[in-house]
Amino acid sequence: MTLSKPQKVSFAILLLSIIAIYIVLPAKIGSFTVPRANIKLGKLDLSKEIELKQGLDIKGGLQVVLNADMKSISQEDRPSALESLKEVIGRRVDLFGVSESGVKTAVAGSDYRLILELPGVTDSQQALTLIGQTAKMVFALPIYTPGETASKSSELTGFSPTDLTGADLARAQVTFESEDRSPAVSLTFKESGKNKFARLTKENIGKPIAILLDGYPITMPTVQTEIDSGSAVITGKFLTEEAKALSIQLNAGALPVPVSIMSQKNIPATLGAESIKKSLTAGAIGLFMVIFFMIAYYGKLGFIASIGLVLYGILTLALYKLIPVVLSLPGIAGFLLSVGMAVDSNILVFERYKEEIRAGRDWRVGLELAFGRAWDSIKDANTATIITGLILFNPLEWNFLNTSGSVRGFALTLILGILISLFTGIVVTRNLLRLFFRGASQHS
Amino acid sequence: MNWMKHLPLYFIISAIIIIPGIYSLLRFGLKPSIEFTGGSRFTLVSLKSSPDTILQLFKESAPQMESSNSNELTIKSKEISQETIQKILDSQKKDDPEIKLTNFETIGPALGKETIKKTANALIIASFLLLTYISLAFKQLKYGICAVLAMFHDTAVLLGSFSLLGHFWGVEVDLLFVTAVLTILSFSVHDTIVVYDRIRELTRKNKNTDYVSLINQAVTETMARSLNNSLTIIFMLLAMFLMGGETTKYFSLALLIGTITGTYSSTFTAAPLLIVWEKYLGKNK
Repeated sequence: MTLSKPQKVSFAILLLSIIAIYIVLPAKIGSFTVPRANIKLGKLDLSKEIELKQGLDIKGGLQVVLNADMKSISQEDRPSALESLKEVIGRRVDLFGVSESGVKTAVAGSDYRLILELPGVTDSQQALTLIGQTAKMVFALPIYTPGETASKSSELTGFSPTDLTGADLARAQVTFESEDRSPAVSLTFKESGKNKFARLTKENIGKPIAILLDGYPITMPTVQTEIDSGSAVITGKFLTEEAKALSIQLNAGALPVPVSIMSQKNIPATLGAESIKKSLTAGAIGLFMVIFFMIAYYGKLGFIASIGLVLYGILTLALYKLIPVVLSLPGIAGFLLSVGMAVDSNILVFERYKEEIRAGRDWRVGLELAFGRAWDSIKDANTATIITGLILFNPLEWNFLNTSGSVRGFALTLILGILISLFTGIVVTRNLLRLFFRGASQHS
Repeated sequence: MNWMKHLPLYFIISAIIIIPGIYSLLRFGLKPSIEFTGGSRFTLVSLKSSPDTILQLFKESAPQMESSNSNELTIKSKEISQETIQKILDSQKKDDPEIKLTNFETIGPALGKETIKKTANALIIASFLLLTYISLAFKQLKYGICAVLAMFHDTAVLLGSFSLLGHFWGVEVDLLFVTAVLTILSFSVHDTIVVYDRIRELTRKNKNTDYVSLINQAVTETMARSLNNSLTIIFMLLAMFLMGGETTKYFSLALLIGTITGTYSSTFTAAPLLIVWEKYLGKNK
């Protein structure tokens, strides 16, 4: 048995629909557990439900914008300073253990910023303390004031900072001493820090040097000898955990520039949960009205277009899960709007079809002609929308366009909506019509 | 039907809608949300204290009540720290032990300038690209220019309406509004292209018919499609506006106004503009 082309294509569409439904279905519907096939394709694990990624506004969390103080950095070094700042802050946030967190750089005129997105973080104080601590690390010389009487030893009263700062530190690592395997922390300086450190150690042999983080001394080793190799080892009575904590603090504290919190947004998940429910209810009612209208106005044609529309919804959700598209409230609004727009290509074709029938053509010829002739306007109109969508989405991360998450989320859903609706509105509907639609025969 | 007989009428209708909006836009501007001005916005849950009592507590930060339910109150104010709010609430706990801060936002004003600048950039780039694309697709510059003019028409209606809504009803514009404006730009062009496509096709078929009759025919033939397509979008938006909740309410309204204007303009602005172009500039070619 050989299959006709529409049959083959329809079979492929059916297969695609089944896969999409499988992806969209939640792990459990009521008490019924959806069976899962044990298939793994690369990173894609089909044996579990693929989670729909939810944005900050739906899942709740914290968005923090940090302003980098670039006063002491020369103009041409500022972009690279911001990049290394992003890297360090990103490490900090990772240490904090936030899933799906995002750190983005933002440059506006002469302002250099970092945008941190921490979905699921509810304890804003904890997160802010952590980010607030990422201040400057400075090497400093302790200042001793002699005791008032001879019996009292001199007292530590303050620190005088040197020019050696976190910007000069390449990395800190936990090491173990060769003699007794006791833990220590090794410091590696960048080229800029190497000379400064050599001079500092030469001038202060036998004296202590303090490492200050946020103005507080975290350690105060005594200089044994001049070090010009650009690396140093802090020894002491460390436990392994303490050495590890110190190295993390040093790495994280090695910020090239000081930062300040410019704005913070704390969004509880309940707000999103309520809004998403309302949006979905509104969407369901809107979808029902669209289907009702299509069937009432176009009859059998409208019914087949509605199948395409439902498939549109399923395919879109499946792609959201696969890509993944982080779904935020503006994104849901964009998706719902695209459902309204998705039937546009159907309407264009059906109106054409009516014209062809009026012109006295057979329904079979009329249908093919309608699809062919409507294509010109469908192509041009949708290209225009995609152009606007791409400018909003800003895929090349141009700084002169929006890099804000919610606008881009909306644009991505808009672009996906157009592409999928072209598929369901043209390919799917056309094949279903070829297979199942029988128009009235012409009696002439 | 001879739609183009009433050509001046369509421009007058547009003017009646656009002029008050533009006047309001120049006179009062748009009412920017906290996203543009900066400040604090927080929500309190309280079971006993009346909204007035609570506003009185924060009077030093010039509080404005944004919304209130039976026991929930959202307040906007000048910048205030979370700790300060907590302190004020702690002092109120004698009378109202259940009072609690549930939501707190601080937004720096600099974010607003940035967004406006970047959106203006997007607008300029989008207009230019759309003009180029349409001119190339239709092989004549007038289609590109008239489609973009119709697009500006729709933007003017939308911005004007929200300026009036802001002035009289306190409706604010936020980041979502910016998104809505950009969506309407693309919808407007989308709808215009469908009408222009029919004009292009008819021009190819009937080389000897005069241009005005061709446009009339094209407008008549695309009318049903234009209305039906807009209706399906309007169903969706109306549902979202009425039932979608506060967060996206004015976003849906903006899209609703834009969709209706966009549908009107493709037939009654974009097509007549072609006739005007042909009348005054066409002979020189």
